[in-house]
Amino acid sequence: MKLALLSDVHSNLHALDACLLHAQTQGADRIAVLGDLVGYGAFPSEVVTRCQALQAQGAIVLRGNHEELVQRHAGMTPKTDQTLGEQTAQWTHDQLSPAQRFWLEILPLTAHLEQTLLVHASADAPEKWRYITDERIAALSLDAACANPEVRYVFGGHVHHPSLYYRGTGRQLMAFKPTAGVAIPVPSHRRWIATVGSVGQPRDGNPRAMYALFDSTAGKLTFHRVAYDNMAAARCVREAGLPEFCARRLETGQ
Amino acid sequence: MKRLELGTTLDGFCIGACLHAGGMAHIYEVTYADQRPAPFAMVMKVPRMTAGDGAENIVSFEVEHQILQLLQGMHVPRFVAAGDLVNLPYLVMEHVQGQTLQQRLDHFTQQHTRPSAAEIAQIGAAVARALHSLHQQNTCHLDLKPANVLMHPDGHAVLLDFGLSCHAHYPDLLAEELRKAVGSPAWIAPEQVVGVRGDPRSDIFALGVVLYELATGELPFGNPQTDGGMRQRLWMDPKPPRQWRADVPEWLQEVVLRCLAPEADQRYPSAAHVAFDLENPEAIHVTARGRQLQGTSFWTHLKRWVKAAGMHYQPSAMPTQQIDEVPIVMVAVPHHEASDATLYALRQAVARVLKNRPGARLTVVTVISTSQTSATESAKSETSVHRQHLAQLHQWAQPLDIAQHPTSFHVLEANDVANALLRYAEGNHVSMIVMGAATHGLQMQRFVTTVPIKVAMDAPCTVMLVKQTLPFERL
Repeated sequence: MKLALLSDVHSNLHALDACLLHAQTQGADRIAVLGDLVGYGAFPSEVVTRCQALQAQGAIVLRGNHEELVQRHAGMTPKTDQTLGEQTAQWTHDQLSPAQRFWLEILPLTAHLEQTLLVHASADAPEKWRYITDERIAALSLDAACANPEVRYVFGGHVHHPSLYYRGTGRQLMAFKPTAGVAIPVPSHRRWIATVGSVGQPRDGNPRAMYALFDSTAGKLTFHRVAYDNMAAARCVREAGLPEFCARRLETGQ
Repeated sequence: MKRLELGTTLDGFCIGACLHAGGMAHIYEVTYADQRPAPFAMVMKVPRMTAGDGAENIVSFEVEHQILQLLQGMHVPRFVAAGDLVNLPYLVMEHVQGQTLQQRLDHFTQQHTRPSAAEIAQIGAAVARALHSLHQQNTCHLDLKPANVLMHPDGHAVLLDFGLSCHAHYPDLLAEELRKAVGSPAWIAPEQVVGVRGDPRSDIFALGVVLYELATGELPFGNPQTDGGMRQRLWMDPKPPRQWRADVPEWLQEVVLRCLAPEADQRYPSAAHVAFDLENPEAIHVTARGRQLQGTSFWTHLKRWVKAAGMHYQPSAMPTQQIDEVPIVMVAVPHHEASDATLYALRQAVARVLKNRPGARLTVVTVISTSQTSATESAKSETSVHRQHLAQLHQWAQPLDIAQHPTSFHVLEANDVANALLRYAEGNHVSMIVMGAATHGLQMQRFVTTVPIKVAMDAPCTVMLVKQTLPFERL
């Protein structure tokens, strides 16, 4: 199985389509969208429609914290100290049909596929949206997932940057910063936990979209960077009247 | 896994004689079981333990299993096939012909002789070239020792055993949070002793130990069995080779001790620089380090010992990135009929390149035709013609600020200028060639443009073609 792992699309249709096309050329035969389909970007409805179609074809689609935000902020009066996510959540809410919002609400938090556990944030408490930022938190998530002895891999998003944690000869997990485009051997006699980065809103100074491809037969994981028309995506964010910061971020990747 | 019987078949390979039964693995000669001819002789490496044992031994097999599949070039055995790590761990690779450096060392010891300095330089340069090729592929060997170097009959070195190696693109399975020393005690670099893996200069340290062994027959830091013993190299200078053997030339000691500096920054910045020095011993700048006949004093060691207690080694950048920082820049200087403007423009270009790269080494080259020298006329004798050209090159370089850059000057004799430059660049791992866009002499007038174009097309590296600009105010 060649599983394309896409997370944190954030209503960025341009980036999603570019990654899906790239995954297709890489021979992906399974797709998983690991949450945060919406928020920040200009195409929530289109992204949801696209993901619904993918799901109908067998893709796994998970719920992230921004799906929750959309529900929570429906009809609320804007506060002054809102986060960017909250600012765009109201607008996103209004762009989605009730049926789409319902579909988002009933998405699962985790999914289990062969030796893989998929989750938006951390597997030990998916609903708490904890960021996997270091070896310690990664270990909590991995250990919780591996309560099921079949699980060898945990893939998630949420932190917007790609990372891979593994056990070397010591007891603690080790962090590894992957190089884009390199097929990293991740043999299944070890346990691995990775964050796949963000399709629709990179924040590492490189505007290219991120996703990862997991080849379970070969035991290899590749983190990809995909160039897409980020300037057009940013223009649409501006035209939709969303915060300028969200547009700038797509232009600069920061 | 227990020893395989001669003539049995494993995953399509027919097992031949067992060539080596080490503590870690068995190595067998193999052929294809279906009788199909192999393009080269093959060996199979099978670890003694299996994944279930969970020992470091199987981890190092896993590391080699991953890295050998990636490596390319003449300095590593060619990869053929690999079995599944968990169920059937094995590696099939090229059976490289030749003698290991350990066998050569043993031979010298038995004969009570040492190789000549020229021989040591030749072997050292071959190993350095092999290391550079590995570093260019983002891999550090980290277990370089004479037993892991195979000298091919044609003189090039092939590196073996990547079980402790580290590829910057892959998670380092041997790393652990406790930062334990991983390596062979006699050759391990100080930073490896404290658990920092992945610096290409660790291999340069190990190369220094190998050169020391070749020159003296001794190990610079002995073969310590304890962590404390291994930590000595964080502060201790080894006894200078010339103290063991007064006939070790100063330039060789200079190279050996520079490789063995406790701090990675004080060593050669890349293996290509080591190879360059060993191939051009006359150009080595010998310092007090090269001349000394006495070891470092007790008081200096005491001070360094105190300092070493707090020594902190930084994990290094990716090998390729690190060696890109210290290029070997070659400039081709025309020797006659070159205008002042051309020479000036070339110098300006070189100055700009060096300014950005403090660790760069500069090599100034000119090509003269073979007809310029004569074996019979004393005025045209090779030495005097070369001396005259070298003086010109020195004169050309004089205004450059090259105190910080190791610089050497070379006169090449050849009739095909482009070819001579290309061969030189390739042989010395030159990272960048700087040359005039239209130079190299009136004799070559008809071909004038073809020299730089040919070089640009066939060069193994970046080529900077400099156009002349005339600074009138300076003439």
